[in-house]
Parts: sequence; structure tokens; C-alpha cells
Amino acid sequence: MRSLLSFMKKEYLETVRTGKLIILMLLFVLFGIMSPAIAKLTPWMMEMLSDTMAENGLIVTNIQVDAMTSWTQFFKNIPMALIAFILIFSDIFTKEYKSGTLLLVLTKGLSRYKIVLAKTVLLLSLWTVGYGLCFAITYGYNAYFWDNSIANHLFSSVAVWWLFGIWVICLIILFSSLLQNNTGVVLCIGVSVLLAYLLSIIPKAKVYSPAVLMNANSLLLGTEGMNAYIKAVIVAVAMCIVCVAVSIPVINKKQL
Amino acid sequence: MDVLTIQNLKKNFGSKDVLRGLDMSVPEHCIFGFIGRNGAGKTTTMKAVLGLLKPDSGQIHVMGEKVHFGQTRTNRYIGYLPDVPEFYSYMTPLEYLNLCGAVSKMNKSDIVTRSKELLAQVGLGGEHHRIKGFSRGMKQRLGIAQALLNQPKLLICDEPTSALDPAGRKEILDILLAVREQTTVLFSTHILSDVERICTEAAFLKDGKITMQGTIAEMRNKRSSDGFIIETEQQGTDNTLIKVFGELTRKSQNTFVFHGSEERLFAIMQYIVENRIPIQRIERIEPTLESLFLEVTK
Repeated sequence: MRSLLSFMKKEYLETVRTGKLIILMLLFVLFGIMSPAIAKLTPWMMEMLSDTMAENGLIVTNIQVDAMTSWTQFFKNIPMALIAFILIFSDIFTKEYKSGTLLLVLTKGLSRYKIVLAKTVLLLSLWTVGYGLCFAITYGYNAYFWDNSIANHLFSSVAVWWLFGIWVICLIILFSSLLQNNTGVVLCIGVSVLLAYLLSIIPKAKVYSPAVLMNANSLLLGTEGMNAYIKAVIVAVAMCIVCVAVSIPVINKKQL
Repeated sequence: MDVLTIQNLKKNFGSKDVLRGLDMSVPEHCIFGFIGRNGAGKTTTMKAVLGLLKPDSGQIHVMGEKVHFGQTRTNRYIGYLPDVPEFYSYMTPLEYLNLCGAVSKMNKSDIVTRSKELLAQVGLGGEHHRIKGFSRGMKQRLGIAQALLNQPKLLICDEPTSALDPAGRKEILDILLAVREQTTVLFSTHILSDVERICTEAAFLKDGKITMQGTIAEMRNKRSSDGFIIETEQQGTDNTLIKVFGELTRKSQNTFVFHGSEERLFAIMQYIVENRIPIQRIERIEPTLESLFLEVTK
């Protein structure tokens, strides 16, 4: 237990001292501010553009913005934050394979599964805190400018997207245990998300695809209820557990 | 008792056979030189001992316990220094040793006292900066401190001196000599002067097998002599010597090298005495590890 905790401490220290934490938190804060800011600026932007649009035959009438505009914007922005998160942490294992820093701690007797656990805990906690921060900022601005109560299932839809992030993070863990370099990890995550997306196009299989979790807007707008997500949630959670569970024996037998 | 025994170790990478049935044993409290050319399989052998590499066949025992690939309990007996040790560069030496100590389940007060002691021993006592700015020599020394932290029974060093300048090399060798009391040292190298300076035993690795193993003295004795040098005083007389004894080869104006049996040497000496040839010196050529190395790795 103590060795796990000290390795976890090392992971957090690394995130802080290599500047990853500050970059990540700035990104999440920025995205948190961006959603209400874009919503707030939309009428003004439309007005600016109205003349040119009128020339093209588009007539801009009075535009209504409310908390809903901001929340839909939030779910458009958050994928970018997740992509940045993946890019920043795609080398969390592979960098250590390449530099050989793991050799020394492993020959000191650290169990390999503890490396997987420590890194998983780090990524999950950073995503949760960053995402939470981003949400809290948007929530605050929305409450200040408009009224959050018009959004349906707000917390469920936010939680659903959070779970999608967790699913992707578990993919990072799995592919990092299998592959040697981070380009491969990023590529495999891309392919997995694409496959999940393709699965979500097939009407019968749709409900099982974790990609459905990305579509939090339908929940927010009230076009779909939580029932439409339950199966995808179960599949995603199961996959997360399997990913981490599989990566442990893979790492155990990895030649370093 | 042998700290480390390796039996019939085989490993190939693709079609390349790196180890072909390696047998070796390292007795306790010696400094064991593991000698071989670049690419001979020294690092492969060491990684197999540490359970970092899966051997194709063969068995390795450390302190009588079998080494398993992947998660091996035998690593608690071992301190390891890789050829180019890589540390978490954002940590200070003390923080790093603290991590290592916690990972190897030492108790807290032990970690603090032992870390300070070791850092002082390797000459890094005053370094409170992050490892990022360390030179290669400093990293190597920190590597030794790290390897010795949990008082291992076996210290494995992979070419610890190869990349260092003469001063850095001397420092590392002195440290290895100093820790001999506490532990057994196995170190791989291709620098033979290092072996001659500090090793008590050595083994030559060639074509994935041990071609020779023993104490340094034993090895020297294996090749009794490389021959003799005969140097005469004047130039006039030496031509008769070379005429009579065809096996003499001329090295310079009045020095000859003789490779042959002692009986022939006595015959030469008798001839010298009978013909009163003035002699500068007759000297036995001592076999060096260098010549041994070249011979066994030929």
C-alpha cells in the first residue's frame, strides 16, 4: 500500500512539476468560460454579420440566447478539451518505457500492477477535477446571465459526457500497456472512437455504443430520456473495468 | 555460497542468437567482472537476471531463489545500475531515493539516514537541485546510491564506467571497491584496465557462452607466458643468434622475441653463455588480460 501511495505521489508531482497540471487547468477554465461567452456574443456577432448576410439573402431577425445556447455550446467545446487531455497524457506510459525510468523502480521491487493503478487514478482524478471545474464555471456564468432551470436532465447529461471521458481514459491505459509509442496510442483511441461512432449509426446496435454518450445534447433538449443511455452507460462502465483489468497482466508480461 | 547462478541460459532476438547456453556462477563477496565485446549479450544476461527479459530456456537463481520473468521476488536482493540510468528529472536526489526506499518497503527513518549516508558516499551530499541538470557522471553516482539503498546482496552494474572520463571512472571504481565489504558486485565492461584494477573474479562472454571464468590470477596462469624478450648489448653478435635459432623474431635492432618452450630458451641461454654474448636483458612477457581478451574473443 505504501509503495502504491508513494508511486501515486510521484505521478502527481510529475504532473505539477512538468507543468502539465497548469496547462490542463487553464484549458478547462478557458473552455468553461468560452461556452457562456460565445452564447453571450452570438447576438452581437450576428448583428455585425447581418449586412453581409443580407446581401446573400439571409435575413437575421432577433436572436434569442439563453442558458440552453450556452449548454449546447459547452457540449460542443468539451470534445476539444478531451482531445487536448488525450494528447497531453498519451505518453504517460510510453515515455517511461522509452526513457527506461521504470526499470529502476521495478528492480527496486515495485509491483507492476501498482504502476497501472497509480496512473489510472491520476488520469481519472485529473479528468474529473478538470471537467468539474469547466462545468462549475459554465454553470456559474449561466446562472448569472440566464437561468439554468430550462435545461432538462442537466446533471445527468453532464455525467454522461464525463463517463465518455472516463471510457476514453481507460482506452489510454489499455493501449499504453499494449503499445510502445504514444502515436500508436492516440491512433488506436481514434480508431476505437470511430468504431464506436460507426456502431452508433446502426439502428439496432446504436443503444450499446459508448459513442451515444457524446450526444448529451438530446438529453439536455429533452428529445430523449435517460432510458436511451442506460445500455450505453453499462457497456462503457464494463469496458472501462475490462480495459484496466486486461492492461495489468499485459504490463506484467511486458519486456522492458 | 553463490549469490548468482545461471544455467544454460538461451535467448534469441528473431533470428539472432544472443545467448547460447550461458553458464555462470558468482560467489559471495567478490567483485565479478563480466567481460565481452559490444553486443556480446552482457546487457541481455543482466536483464534476464532482473526478470525484465524472458529467456527462451535456462534457469537463473539469485540467493538460491529462482528468477521468474515479469514479477520476480528475487529483485529484493538486487541493486541494479543500468548503463545509462534514467531518473525522474523533476525530482531532487533525496526525493528520488525517498521514492526508491518507499517502493522497496524500507521504513521511513531508515530511508532518511541511508539516503543521506549514500549521497555523501557518492559525493552528492551537497546537491539539492533537481536531477535535470546532472552530468552523466553525477547520474551514474546517483545510480549507485539508488542501487545500494536497500542494502542488496548483489549489485549489478551494466558498464558503469564506459561513458565516463578518467576522473569519473576512478570515482566509480573507488566506490565499487568500497562497497565490496557489504555486497557482491557483478559488473559488465569491456574496459580491461578496470577489471584488472578492482575485480577478484571475471568471466569472458563470447558467442553467447562463457569461454573462460575464474579468479584474475587463475586466468593469467592459463596462459603461462606470452614468450620472452631477449635484448643484446651490441649489434655485431646478434646476427649469429638469429642464424642459429630460427624461431627468434627480430623486434628491433638488437631485441628479439622468442615464442617457444622453456627447453629451447635454456638452449639459447647456454649458447649465449658459451659464446659470451653480452646481454642487456632477458625478460618473460607477462600475459595481460588484453591479450587474453583478444585470444578468447577471436
